[in-house]
Order: sequence, then structure tokens, then C-alpha cells
Amino acid sequence: MNERTMYELRKLGFYTLIFIVVVWMGLPLVVSTLYAFGTPDDYYDPNKVIPLHFTFETVKMLLFTLGGWEALKNSVIVATLAIIISFILGLPAGYSIARFIFPGKDSIKLGMLALKIFPVHIMAVPLVILYIRLHLLDTRLGVALAHSAGALPLVVLITASIFAGTSAELEEAGMVFGLTRFQSFVKITLPLSLPGLAAAAMFTFVGSWNEVFAASVLTFKHRTLPALMLTLMETAPDYYKFAAAFIMAFPAMVYVAVARKYLISMWGIAIK
Amino acid sequence: MPKKVSKYVPYLLIAPALIYLAVLIGYPAIEGIKLVFYKDGGFSFATIHRAVNNYYFWPALKNTLKLVVVILPTQLVLALVFALAMNKVFKGRNVALTLLLIPMTLSDIAAGLIWYSMLSPSGFINKLLLTSGLIQTPIQLFGYQFHTREFLTLVFVELWRSTVTIFVIVLAGLQMISQEYIEAAEVFGAGYWTRLRHILIPLLKPSIQTALLLRTIYAFSIFGIVMVLVGRDIPVLAGEAYYQVTQIKDYGVGAFYALLIAVMSLTIGVIYLRLTKAEYLEVKR
Repeated sequence: MNERTMYELRKLGFYTLIFIVVVWMGLPLVVSTLYAFGTPDDYYDPNKVIPLHFTFETVKMLLFTLGGWEALKNSVIVATLAIIISFILGLPAGYSIARFIFPGKDSIKLGMLALKIFPVHIMAVPLVILYIRLHLLDTRLGVALAHSAGALPLVVLITASIFAGTSAELEEAGMVFGLTRFQSFVKITLPLSLPGLAAAAMFTFVGSWNEVFAASVLTFKHRTLPALMLTLMETAPDYYKFAAAFIMAFPAMVYVAVARKYLISMWGIAIK
Repeated sequence: MPKKVSKYVPYLLIAPALIYLAVLIGYPAIEGIKLVFYKDGGFSFATIHRAVNNYYFWPALKNTLKLVVVILPTQLVLALVFALAMNKVFKGRNVALTLLLIPMTLSDIAAGLIWYSMLSPSGFINKLLLTSGLIQTPIQLFGYQFHTREFLTLVFVELWRSTVTIFVIVLAGLQMISQEYIEAAEVFGAGYWTRLRHILIPLLKPSIQTALLLRTIYAFSIFGIVMVLVGRDIPVLAGEAYYQVTQIKDYGVGAFYALLIAVMSLTIGVIYLRLTKAEYLEVKR
């Protein structure tokens, strides 16, 4: 075998690998989306590999008869509250880590990292007892509080790195010209770091949107979308499952499409 | 700004976050321990006794550990292969990368449901194989009598969903490695495998360890995907905690399972951090 065929073979092998990976990752998304709008008859017809008749009935049923729409609203409210809480608390902390040198800073950073690797949502079980006492059980605020506790360490670390990436000199220049540190932060650093902060906020949103354990344990009437689907799907017919998957996955897919660049750059990957 | 003020400013800025975490994580942790060990105002093993003697406890513990042990190494190898492939420049790379990223933002519930549509008896793959004449009757993957198949399906779907997390972190690490190292090795005649073993993998070690740490810890609390795909056919610890709290209303036993997951995660976390401390410092400086 000469070098040219070797090269061609290797190239073929490489593209085959990529092809397999992409099909493995992508095909389930396409197929389940098609089935979400396929008719039940097509699904149970063994000769129809891909549904040919489409309907909104199943999605409508899930959203408007089985409580999907309420749950979706709950999910949005919980995730939004989680962003607000974790950012109100996390932004100052992140700023402090980015701009000041002080004793104990490294331990705090390490502590945040340790909490990040700790499965915070598991804490939801003892939270149940606390929430009964505080009348927070089965409330959106209760779930949001738990979710923001899970997101907060990451928000602190990410915002710290975002603020560290904006120049401290500009802020100091603002202070020289008579702004207070706070004004300087609001007028100079905040606008500069807005795209990064938006990406971090979206990440928080997706984290809360997807979280199911705490949401299921802490609510029974005001369930978020994943928590509702978890209970519904124990008894629902099969074709409902794809519609449910679509409703849950759709925002995530949109998010990836919109925020792909930020999502990747958050992990330090440069796309060319 | 006077120096006296700025000395306390950083702490004041951090304090709200720390207090919040102490209340929302520290307090429930203590409350959880109390739930497990206290009964009627005194120390008691009654709850633990009840929890450990539960019919589902040992299978749940065993399954959780089995899943972690099977999934993680496979995932790591897969993620490395993906990352090495995607680190190259080729046509359609952006499309491929976007597709690869989607599972990362899906909930485990959605991932489970999506794969159910692929693998169920009337699902896509069975119908594809049936119509192409490769099989005569649908392959059954779900059901209590197919315990091994259910386990393997679970592994497969979890690989689909969460390999991406390791992949992204490893890819980020790969892009930080200077091309000069690799070129220098090439000049001295190192082949692909030599370069991989002696340059890329050692330099990637910090990224691999971070990714492994995150994944190991989340693997211990595996829940949604199991509940959706196989239910309690394959009990896992987090699932049993959920069941105890929502169905039985035995908060003590639920808290014990949760605490057990937390303790196992923290133990692994501490071991990882100990083992990797030197490398982290090197990378940071």
C-alpha cells in the first residue's frame, strides 16, 4: 500500500468516525421531534419507520389538558427567580474575587469549587423538613431557592473570571474622574461584561430548567416541567413521551443555537 | 478611597453569598444528619436500621456503584476520542460541534424520553430493523425480565447524554496546548501514538481530572434517566431517596440515602483534589 492510499484511507476513517458520532448524537433528536408530531397510528404501525401524518394533538393535550403549560410557566418562573437570586448574591462576590486581594480569598474560591462538585440538589430531602416549617414547601420560591443555591458557586466563579477579563484600569480611570467605585462599576465594567454575564445567566436558566430531583421532592402541585413529566410519564402511552421530550428539549435546542459561541467560550474553546 | 474601608469591602461583598450558601446548604446538611440520627430527642440507629433493611437499599447501592464504574471509564475514552477528532479543522466542524453540544443542555428526563422513542418495541430502531428484514420480532429492551439489557440501555443513554460534558472540558484543554510541543515532537520523529501518550495526555491531565471529578460526583446522584427508562427495575440511591420522600413520606430514610450519596461524592471529591493538587497549582501559575 503506497502513501497516497494510506492517506486516503485515513481520511475516510476520520470522516466515518465523525459521521458516526454526529449520527449518534443528532439522529435521536430528529427522530423524536418527528414522532412528537406524528400520529399515534403511525407510531404503532410497524411499517412506518418515519411518521408520515402529523398532528399537534399530542403536544396540545400535554400542554393544555395535562398541565404542561402550567408546569412550563412554573419552570420559567423558577429559573428566572434562580437567576435573579444567584446573580444578586453572586455578582458582588465575583466582583470582589476579581478585583481585590485579601486573606482567605483562595480558601473561598476552593470552597466554591468544592460546593460546585457537591450534589446540592440532594440537600432537597432535608430541605423538605425546613420548608414545611417555613411554609415554602410546594412553592415556586422554594424550588428557586434550592436551584439558586446549586447555581450560586458557579455564578461566583464564572462572574469572577468575566470581571477579571475586563480591564480594572478603565474602572479606576472613572474613579479618578469623580465616580464612586459603585458608579464606575455600573457605568463601565457592567456594560463591558454584559455578554459574558448573559451567557452565564442562560447557563443558570438551563440548569434550573433541567433540574428534576429537587423540583420533584419539593413540590407536588406546583411542579416544574421535568418534575411533572416524570410523574406523567409513568402512566402515559408511549407516543406522549416524545411530545414531552420535545417540549422539554425545544428551549435547550434554541439555547444551543443562539448561545453556541458563548457556551463554548465559557469553557475556553475558540471556534474559528 | 481610604484604606480602612477597602479592607472590609471584599468581605462585605462576599458575605451575602456565603451566608446564603450556609443557610441553604449547611443548614439542611445538619438537619439531614439530625433526621437520620435523632429520634424522640435522643441518638438512635432506628432510621439507619430501617433504611439499610429496606428491600431496595442494597440493590440500589450496588446499581449506583456499578453504573459509576461502567459509565465513567467508557465515557472518558469516548470523550478523548471525540475531542481529539474535533480538535482538527475539517469541513462541517461547526455543525458537528453544535450537534454534539445539544445533549449537554438536555435534562436527563428529556434524554431518557428521546431514547425511549428510539429503543421502545414500536420505536425507530426496531421498526428500521423490522422493515429492512434484519429481525422478525421487535427487540425488547425494557421490562423486568430483561435486567441486563435494561442496564446496558441505561449505560448507553447516559453515555449519549453526559459524555459531552467531559468532551467539552477536554476539548478546551486541548486547545490550550501549544502547537509547538507537538511540532517539536514531530521533528524528532515521534509518531501519533507516541505524541499522544507522552505529550498530549500528560498535558491534558488537569482537564481530564476536572472533568472526571464533575462527572463522578454527578454519576452518584444519577436519577432522572433511570426513572424514565427503567423505573425501579434497576433501583438507584437517588431514586430510592425520591421514592421514600414522595411516596412513603419517610423523610428519615430519604435523608439517609441522600446523605449517603453526598458522603460518597465528597469522599471521591476529596480524594481527587488530594491527588491532583500539584497539577492544579502548576497550571494556575
